[in-house]
Amino acid sequence: MNSLERRSGNPVYKAVIYIVLIFLAILSLFPFYVMVVNSTRSTQQIQDHAVSLFPSNNLMNNWNVLTGKTFNPGRGFINSVIIAVGCTALTIYFSTLTAWAIVAYEWKLKKPFFGFILAVMMIPGTITAIGFYQFMWKIGLTNNYLALIIPAVAAPGTVFFMRQYMLSSFPMELLDSARIDGSGEFKTFNEIALPIMKPAMATQAIFGFVGTWNQLFMPSILLTRNDLYTMPMMVSQLKGDIYKVEYGAVYLGLTLSVLPLFVIYFSLSRYIIAGVALGSVKG
Amino acid sequence: MSKKKGSSISYARYGYLFSLPFVIVYAIFHLYPTIYTAVLGFTDCKGLGNNNWHIFTEDIWRNFRTILNNNTFKTSLSNTVVIWIMNFIPQIVLALLLTAWFTSKRNQIKGQGFFKVVFYMPNIITAASVAILFNTLFGYPKGPVNDLLVSWGLRSEPYYFTNNGTAARWIIAFIQFWMWYGYTMIILISGVLGINPEIFEAAEIDGANDRQVFWQITIPNIRTILTYTLITSMIGGLNMYDMSRMFNNGGPNNSTLTANVFIYNQAFSGSYMYNRAAAASMIMFVIIAVLSIVVFYLMRDRHERRA
Repeated sequence: MNSLERRSGNPVYKAVIYIVLIFLAILSLFPFYVMVVNSTRSTQQIQDHAVSLFPSNNLMNNWNVLTGKTFNPGRGFINSVIIAVGCTALTIYFSTLTAWAIVAYEWKLKKPFFGFILAVMMIPGTITAIGFYQFMWKIGLTNNYLALIIPAVAAPGTVFFMRQYMLSSFPMELLDSARIDGSGEFKTFNEIALPIMKPAMATQAIFGFVGTWNQLFMPSILLTRNDLYTMPMMVSQLKGDIYKVEYGAVYLGLTLSVLPLFVIYFSLSRYIIAGVALGSVKG
Repeated sequence: MSKKKGSSISYARYGYLFSLPFVIVYAIFHLYPTIYTAVLGFTDCKGLGNNNWHIFTEDIWRNFRTILNNNTFKTSLSNTVVIWIMNFIPQIVLALLLTAWFTSKRNQIKGQGFFKVVFYMPNIITAASVAILFNTLFGYPKGPVNDLLVSWGLRSEPYYFTNNGTAARWIIAFIQFWMWYGYTMIILISGVLGINPEIFEAAEIDGANDRQVFWQITIPNIRTILTYTLITSMIGGLNMYDMSRMFNNGGPNNSTLTANVFIYNQAFSGSYMYNRAAAASMIMFVIIAVLSIVVFYLMRDRHERRA
């Protein structure tokens, strides 16, 4: 009896665990549920009862109120996609190339270079934002997406991740046999190294995309023109006086801003969780 | 590596060549702005579109002194630290508890995949949207939280959460906790799964109970990962901007103002004090660097043999 109980655990304790887990699951989902449901309800309904488990039929009306003012979800979506795709593509390609330079070749400055990457990996971008802004302003790149996208070429955290992955799973014999076949070094990288790095690139692409999409600090410093606003910048307008009492529209705006993330997350959650477990480095 | 010395020398130039794009972009878009920020801290650069600024010739630490004596900066700095601690302690405790539950062989928790996906989910949602969502949820007098509190009879009248400094701070700390404990949990679980199973088997044979295994085997073996979690969370926490700005713009009465929002306000609203904002940035940079190094040395394994 005793040994059986030891192996399967105390049933009361186990029940407590499940209750806590279910409570936490509700805690994670409920705020978003309220958000989605309220985006279909009228401001009057929300004022009467702010929590409802059932949607209503006011979605179109909320949409008209929302888009009738300054909030332009289509514009924000397109702008955010341009920046996020641009940054992600550059980060992934050049980080893999840099990792390749570190892993596949022996060169004198390789060790100091990698040491430098480790040292600067943790420096947060916000710390140097003032100098960055002044510099961009001087060379006329404020209100220009290039100022947000080009810096993505140098992503120390991603280089580090790619190097770790390459060391553990890239068979270097492939490089030698490619050389025997007469393949150029750059061609070898593009046609042999890149395909093998696909799983690592996919993981980093997801985190890179989501991270860039969610950015608020840098875009709000660099972009002042309304038509260039990203999704999180659009969302910040929902707090202003313009939407003060339009609760239904505010909830709808919030829902639209997180919808793309929900789609990405729930279709790729397996890879995302695995990616976090691999020790993805925050940008 | 198995490569012959002769072949590696002739290919060395490709190492330089392929790391060149990184080096160039890093130098121009990351390193130069860092130095630029540091320099601006020693200048009189203020005002929109000012091209005519100078490095102080005497009393060059002027901006740094102004910032360090600025009460709003001190408030913002202490808020930043306090809010981070308020969120990190419960976050690490819950993450460790969940890790213990999920990795326990005795309890065999089902649906772990589902719980992980749901607990981690808030982490990928835009912080700006989350902040505004919670501001709306805690709205006065008719927000959803007040609606529930009143209709469940927990309060006789709605509570003005966002008008009370302490309440607003706890809400922000809660949001941070809520967004990050799932992430921390997944990191810790992967750390525990990476421990050699033989160690656990040996402990079981020696008759160790769950508690002993957790404190004497699991925790010491995930020390590195705990350090990593502590340092990344600290850096993130000291840099908090989106949440503070979007939840209540630092209010009420600056009680949720963080250092980064202070810096933003110095530089980009009102008086355009780029020099003071730069000095404040550098002060934060030093604080973060020093704290990270201190944590790293305190948490390093003293028994570790030198390799």
